Amino acid sequence: MSWGWLIFAAAFWAGAYALNVWLANSRLAKYRAVRIGVPVIFGITILVVWQGLVRGLNVPLVILPAPSDIWLRMTQSVPTLWEDFVQTFVKGALSGYVIGCGAAVLTAILIDRSKFLQQGLLPVGNFIAALPIVGTAPILVMWFGFDWQSKAAVVVVMVFFPMLVNTVEGLAATTRMQRDLMSTYSASYAQTLIKLRLPAAMPFIFNGLKITTTLALIGAIVAEFFGSPIKGMGFRISTEVGRLRLDMVWAEIAVAAIAGSVFYGAVALIEKGVTFWHPSQRG
Amino acid sequence: MKNIVPILTVVAAIVVIWYAAAIPMNSQWALDQAERAEVELSTGELILDTWSQERPRLPAPHQVVSELWGSTVEMKITSKRSLIFHGWITLSATMLGFAFGTGLGILLAVGIVHSRAMDMGVMPWAIASQTIPILAIAPMIIVVLSSLGVTGIIPKAIISAYLSFFPVVVGMVKGLRSPAAFDLDLMKTYSASRSQTFWKLRLPASMPYLFASLKVGIAAALVGTIVGELPTGAIRGLGARMLSGSYYGQTVQIWSALFAAAILAAILVGIIGVIQRRTLTRMGMNA
Repeated sequence: MSWGWLIFAAAFWAGAYALNVWLANSRLAKYRAVRIGVPVIFGITILVVWQGLVRGLNVPLVILPAPSDIWLRMTQSVPTLWEDFVQTFVKGALSGYVIGCGAAVLTAILIDRSKFLQQGLLPVGNFIAALPIVGTAPILVMWFGFDWQSKAAVVVVMVFFPMLVNTVEGLAATTRMQRDLMSTYSASYAQTLIKLRLPAAMPFIFNGLKITTTLALIGAIVAEFFGSPIKGMGFRISTEVGRLRLDMVWAEIAVAAIAGSVFYGAVALIEKGVTFWHPSQRG
Repeated sequence: MKNIVPILTVVAAIVVIWYAAAIPMNSQWALDQAERAEVELSTGELILDTWSQERPRLPAPHQVVSELWGSTVEMKITSKRSLIFHGWITLSATMLGFAFGTGLGILLAVGIVHSRAMDMGVMPWAIASQTIPILAIAPMIIVVLSSLGVTGIIPKAIISAYLSFFPVVVGMVKGLRSPAAFDLDLMKTYSASRSQTFWKLRLPASMPYLFASLKVGIAAALVGTIVGELPTGAIRGLGARMLSGSYYGQTVQIWSALFAAAILAAILVGIIGVIQRRTLTRMGMNA
């Protein structure tokens, strides 16, 4: 045990906490820089306390590596991490996400004209969306083989129903007045759909797209626990855990976290551009 | 219940598609077997065979149902092959984790609502953490804890607690903030203290939000437990049934474990739904 690290961690925590309380309650709190600064300080504090506790208490690497160990591992194994990232994220998650969300939007538009199908499919879709769909992973791995196709299939199944439910809800989001206006213009069904209802559905569609970004990544990673070629984030996590190389595991987790956040952020950015007219975006 | 006809139609359609899909999925195996035995299969025999194989690629619905029935009702609960036994293992870990995750989530939400520093510091991370594939750390938690000598129900419960934690935090913060400005003003004119405002206004107002996030949370907790049962090569629990099924090619076993998990999830969400309706009705919030 080394007291220096522990005292440093405690002092840093106390200092950062005091700074954050002061910043949050001061008149500076309305500035954008402070609004970003406070959570950043909080995040840095966690990293410093983590580092301090691990070093100070001499926690062995096989239980919890220090952030510096993880960073070192990340910088040393960039090629491996990149290979895993491409295998899991680009090939598995992203292709499954595009196929699943695309299919769901198309299905929603197809069943749009049938009240009967909607009344039947929506409760079933809502029900399936709450189920542990990750469990289909072993079945789909058996059907589509070990490579990324099976991961993409798991992702398709996982994102389809949340996306379908959101899109159907969105297509119903126009008001009577708006639809009446379209019909006074003698707009056809297709024109109403393209010019009024699809744009009006965009906030709902993007809500679905944002929820499913996380699901896509989870699906692709968990499916690899059931079998994969010798690359991929899920594969690396489960094998490196077995070899007790936890710094590598944390490095993969960091990559997954960054990929997940960037993915979400990218969708949110597109949303901002597409639904610029919506009250929640004008603010 | 006017939706019952469309729902049943959709479910019936799914079953029909399922039976139809089982024919091409399993026919290769049936044809191979017939060729090896040097017999010709008529179309009818072929179809019947695809619906009754022992290790089909896609088991027919009645096979899954009979396996479910056989491994729940007809088997002793103590048996290692009983799905009730495995389901109970999974359920107990889920409930423990869910209770912890929900409790901690509500506490953190109360802290966030009452402290500006926590709100500004923690809330962005709580939201950002929902974009992170948390399940990826499940295997690590299991292995690290088992190297510390903690095994059994606790590691799985930690994973499900972690998964149900964040939806509850985000939902509860929204709920505790849901009273409108004039509601808060009214409390102020009563010269209510912070704790009175909390107990009499904020907490009751947050109930609809709490139940909505509890439903998300318990589904997430169940998924967490199932995934937590995968990496240890665990021998008990629904996740372990799926994994051993996928190792030994026992597709019917995987499907029945999957359906058992689905039924469990549906029951849990349903129970919360009933509690929600009862509570909100008694509170006069169920319009």
